[in-house]
Amino acid sequence: MSAEHLLALRGIAKAYPGVVALDGVDFDLDAGEIHGLVGENGAGKSTLLKIIGGVEHADAGVIELGGQPVAMASPRAARALGIRVIHQEFNLIPALSVAENICLDHLPTRGGWVDGQAVREQAGAAIARLGVHLPLEAPVRRLSVADQQLVEIARALSAEARVLVMDEPTAALTDHEIEALFSLVRGLREHGVGIVFVSHRMDEVLELSDRVTVLRDGRVVGETAAPRREEIVRLMVGRQLEELNLKADMAPGTEILAVDGLSSAGRFEDVSFSLRRGEILGLAGVVGAGRTSIAKTLFGMAPLDRGSLRIAGRAVSIRSPEDALRAGIGYLPEDRKTLGLVLAMSVRHNETLATLPRISRFGWIDQARERALVGRRVEELRIRTPSLDAQALHLSGGNQQKLVLAKWLEIRPAVLILDEPTRGVDVGAKAEIYQIVTDLVRAGVGAILISSDLPELLALSDRVLVLRDGRTITTLDRAEATQERVLHLVTMGAAA
Amino acid sequence: MTEHTDGRARVLAALRPHRISIADYGLLMAFVAMCVGLALLTPTFLTSQNILNVGRQVSVIAILAAGQTFVILAAGIDLSVGSLVGLTGVVAAGVALQAGVGAGLLAGLGVGALAGLVDGLAIMLIRIPDFVVTLAMLSAARGLDLIYSGGEPISVNSPTFVFLGGGYIGPIPVPIVIMLAVFAVSYVVLRYTVFGRYVYAVGGNRRAAAYSAINVRRVRIAVYVISGLLAGIAGVVLTGRLATADPQAGVGYELDSIAAVVLGGTSLFGGEGSVARTLLGALILGVLSNGMNLLDVSPFYQQVVEGVVIVLAVAISHLDELRSRVGAE
Repeated sequence: MSAEHLLALRGIAKAYPGVVALDGVDFDLDAGEIHGLVGENGAGKSTLLKIIGGVEHADAGVIELGGQPVAMASPRAARALGIRVIHQEFNLIPALSVAENICLDHLPTRGGWVDGQAVREQAGAAIARLGVHLPLEAPVRRLSVADQQLVEIARALSAEARVLVMDEPTAALTDHEIEALFSLVRGLREHGVGIVFVSHRMDEVLELSDRVTVLRDGRVVGETAAPRREEIVRLMVGRQLEELNLKADMAPGTEILAVDGLSSAGRFEDVSFSLRRGEILGLAGVVGAGRTSIAKTLFGMAPLDRGSLRIAGRAVSIRSPEDALRAGIGYLPEDRKTLGLVLAMSVRHNETLATLPRISRFGWIDQARERALVGRRVEELRIRTPSLDAQALHLSGGNQQKLVLAKWLEIRPAVLILDEPTRGVDVGAKAEIYQIVTDLVRAGVGAILISSDLPELLALSDRVLVLRDGRTITTLDRAEATQERVLHLVTMGAAA
Repeated sequence: MTEHTDGRARVLAALRPHRISIADYGLLMAFVAMCVGLALLTPTFLTSQNILNVGRQVSVIAILAAGQTFVILAAGIDLSVGSLVGLTGVVAAGVALQAGVGAGLLAGLGVGALAGLVDGLAIMLIRIPDFVVTLAMLSAARGLDLIYSGGEPISVNSPTFVFLGGGYIGPIPVPIVIMLAVFAVSYVVLRYTVFGRYVYAVGGNRRAAAYSAINVRRVRIAVYVISGLLAGIAGVVLTGRLATADPQAGVGYELDSIAAVVLGGTSLFGGEGSVARTLLGALILGVLSNGMNLLDVSPFYQQVVEGVVIVLAVAISHLDELRSRVGAE
């Protein structure tokens, strides 16, 4: 048996309706080791951590602690075994004080009453160990996100831990606080604690970890004791962006959308641009530069104070999404779960949500035609779903996003606005989405692309419109739009 | 997802009972079990007279519940329908006395639809929560009812009017025919029309519906108009059955109609459920009440039993939902 390992997971499998989250994962952790766990969104990291922490139960597989098989029936049972998990999302009680939250799992009592003095002492000691300052008596809801994260960490460290699991613990912290956390984690390693460290920040993982395990699609695809960045990224991604045949330069067609002097008080000022058939126009800018505001205005979701629009040379007035739809403008919003899909509805019903008037007569939906339409599109975009009648809820992130795209392809748009089309989807789905968008543009649609992923924006866009503080700074064509130049332009105001 | 996991996901999804759940069939089985039990326990339950009697008693609440289903599916709630039954009844009877039965019926239904329109407009334009607006309408409509009638019952002498509440088509009481027609139309509208699809979309995710270029405001107003119109039909049927418009008619019916919808398993958060199940919910409540009467259960205890049944039924459907939802995230 694996007596030398502190924690050993063997053949862990876990499936949710419609999704296999973990597929035979082996993972082990030694005492006095920091073990980095990395993977793209949806690779299965969170599920694995939930199983270690007793929040979820594996469908198959064994968990051994110190060589003994253990059954982790609940988070409480896991804690009793000395396994502490710092979750990505906070599990704090907003109305209780910092000190009470830190001691919540084992409130010191005297004669059945909470011993306030002991609570403050224990919490104070836990915070002191972290090397930070927190107001012990303040209710947690008054704290900043960073301070709440520190409370969460202090809480996990307030009791003896043999295994400490940290899921993105640095996401909300400043450099100074991260340094303090890292030295603390290293101190725990010296004391023989086994630490699982999960982070999207590759530098942190490389700096801290003795060993790194890479998950992809619910399986371990690599484990290395001498982690190198290139190798890890290659394992995580499984495919290089460069391999994609992104955009064969084609001669753009006639003007499909002309925007002149678009203004909306407090959001953007005097924005003008032109978009041709077969062209992708990228909107570059930092958060608050006005990219999404412009997109929502073009789609009739947000008010317009001044300015004019022409679609294929004809002046149009867009005051509602219905107007936009009639004018042939589609909008893939930035959050597919809250804005893109009705999750409780089926794939079929979501797909035709914007097309129903076209496939109905006198308000009566032609269901046979709907099925045929959706079936063809699901096939074409390779949307993986158990059936057309499965709820959108059960699809993976990438397939949900393709479903939102399908909804907009169905209206046969003249102009399609794509707001963060690949956010939070795995690499394979990303490539498919790029292909879909490229094909769409080749077919003569004009696309407007918003993406915080700069390499993606530059790879896809024929021209890039640079925005800052709601104003157009400049337009760069493909040759001019280098990463350095765009970064410089979008942040100039902030740097000055 | 790789080919491998894709295959697994497909198998798993196929194994998972699709759209079949305790909530779907449990309710039907509970209804059948209740009927069988009562048939064995009482000699009168399974007589055609008693069954038609139950149907007639259920019809008014069931018609209201059909309208309530539209509203709740769109993630709203209509607390005003009880008072609208009273108001539409006295208006229909009053106008019928002066201008004939046709005008009376039109006036009754028109007032119901108008009240629903006012509800919907107040909710959408002044942005007051559904709960508050319809609670206010519950009070105001009862007041208008009392003002119009002077607090006195208005008797109905038109045979046509009485036929709607007390007549028969063949062996079937007219209220049952009207109820079945209302449910058939509601079912078809919700299942086969663009509007029905929009009701589910707006209730399931209002923002996503708006981002799909659906006129959310129009849909949300329309469901209140439908609910008001059906309250008018219920008011007319009840008035015809009693041959009198009672200003106090329909007190508390809004809660009975909501109970039928909830018992049917339609989500109070909107977007999930069906009008067919609402009919089942209304029938269960009706048979329960009829059965307890036949078994000589005191009316005081009957109300307690009804409360317990509602909670139990919803608890069962929740268990089922929890089981299928856990881990979906």
